[in-house]
Amino acid sequence: MKNKLRHLLGGALIGGVAALLQLPLIAAETIHEEKSLYRDINVVQTGSRRCLIFNVHRGDRNQTCVDVNNRDELIFSYTKMSFAGLLMNPEPKKILIAGLGGGTLPLAFNDLFPDAQIDIVEVDQAVVNVAKQFFFFEENENMTVAVNDARVFVKRAGILGEKYDFIILDAFGGDYIPEHLLTREFLEEVRQIMTEDAVLVANTFSTSRFYDHESVTYQRVFGEFFNFKLPASGNRMIITQLDPLPPRGSLITRAQALAPSLEKYGVPLLEYPNRLSTRVDWDMSRRVLTDQYAPANLLQDD
Amino acid sequence: MNPVSLPKIVVISVAFVSGFSIMTIEMLGARIMAPYFGGSISVWGSLITVFMLALSVGYLIGGRLSTRNPNPKTFALFFISAAIFSIPIIVFADAIMRPIFLAIEDPRYGSLFASIFLYFIPTSILGMISPYSVRLMVDSHEHSGHMAGQLFFVSTIGSAGGTLATSFYFVLWFDVNQILWGAVAVLLLAGSLILFINFLLQKNAAASKVPAYEKQT
Repeated sequence: MKNKLRHLLGGALIGGVAALLQLPLIAAETIHEEKSLYRDINVVQTGSRRCLIFNVHRGDRNQTCVDVNNRDELIFSYTKMSFAGLLMNPEPKKILIAGLGGGTLPLAFNDLFPDAQIDIVEVDQAVVNVAKQFFFFEENENMTVAVNDARVFVKRAGILGEKYDFIILDAFGGDYIPEHLLTREFLEEVRQIMTEDAVLVANTFSTSRFYDHESVTYQRVFGEFFNFKLPASGNRMIITQLDPLPPRGSLITRAQALAPSLEKYGVPLLEYPNRLSTRVDWDMSRRVLTDQYAPANLLQDD
Repeated sequence: MNPVSLPKIVVISVAFVSGFSIMTIEMLGARIMAPYFGGSISVWGSLITVFMLALSVGYLIGGRLSTRNPNPKTFALFFISAAIFSIPIIVFADAIMRPIFLAIEDPRYGSLFASIFLYFIPTSILGMISPYSVRLMVDSHEHSGHMAGQLFFVSTIGSAGGTLATSFYFVLWFDVNQILWGAVAVLLLAGSLILFINFLLQKNAAASKVPAYEKQT
């Protein structure tokens, strides 16, 4: 018993010393600060991991991270989760991504589908600057960024009759929720710019009362959707399409076909089909969010 | 009938109402425009710019009007017409913003023009209330600064209240349009209240002028 205790204490001591020794080696260093209209953006590097951080005053929020020695690998599980949309449309030709972040997601899609046209809409010019300067993001003839509000971009695309077959909504960074991107009317505008075989992947909230409101709103516009959560991640993805959802069997077949090509990005696609759930785990009596009623930032705290 | 002067408490109360309504409408302005012009800081910039310009014009006109026969009926008319000109914000918002959205690509200028068409007229009418109410409360030059101070105090407290109540609670409890109808109703009520009190005062004034012996017969 005593020996065991000593052993434990010794172990803890060694661990503590090791941690102390390691500490200076992995210290985070702010390598860039960018002023923006919306928030301060910091680029912080820890070892070879470089991260884009919003809202440093209220606790760090890593928006995107990249390993500078292994740029292909996606670090955040929510970034990887966006690839689950490929299980429903495995060969997108025209992709819309709302929210650039560090640009790792568009870069991976551009790498994977070099012939696909990728339109990115990002409201903050400073984010675009930082992505280009520090996160290896580059525009090319098939991949361009529009600095605009996603709502304005989608509405105009709808009027011009443009269609996308893969849409990723990832516009929610930091503390503030853009309320006008959560309403039934916005989702109806998104619907308008979807081709018949298009898939919509929305990175949304998995906590608070807001989860219920958001689920109810998506359900109103799209009917049944896949609710995609991973135990390790605080994110919830809503994945849906205009047609009825495909059976699990077809998702598994597609995952098997696609998984090898996604290996280099670190996307565990084979695990995903079993995580796509259609089970209703929200309070269906909650109110649909509309342009008339969308107090998202007030609902967040409950 | 000669105009009678309104009790100070009435003038002060309706000034509070006007301050409150201005900020309720302004806080909802960004929400109303977000579907067309987004939620960026420039949309707020457009909105606040137009409100400031409208108020400044309103102050100028209201001050000028107060020099000519200041009376409660004109004062009531400000509230009633502000209410009426606020109705297009509820009824025609989409009809007004859609052509602007189509014509102007830059959301900054889009939101600026939309703000002008939606908010300039009702806000400038609300702006006329402040200088006019100062005139209604002032009986002598000595007191004018004191009265103006009291009035700005109350109407600005009203604005603070309107901002807080709208952004903390109203948007949580009601639809945007329900809140706006509420503001319209409150403005109409304030206008009617002024007319009603004015009517009562004039009736009393007329009655007290009648000689006592005539009353008895």
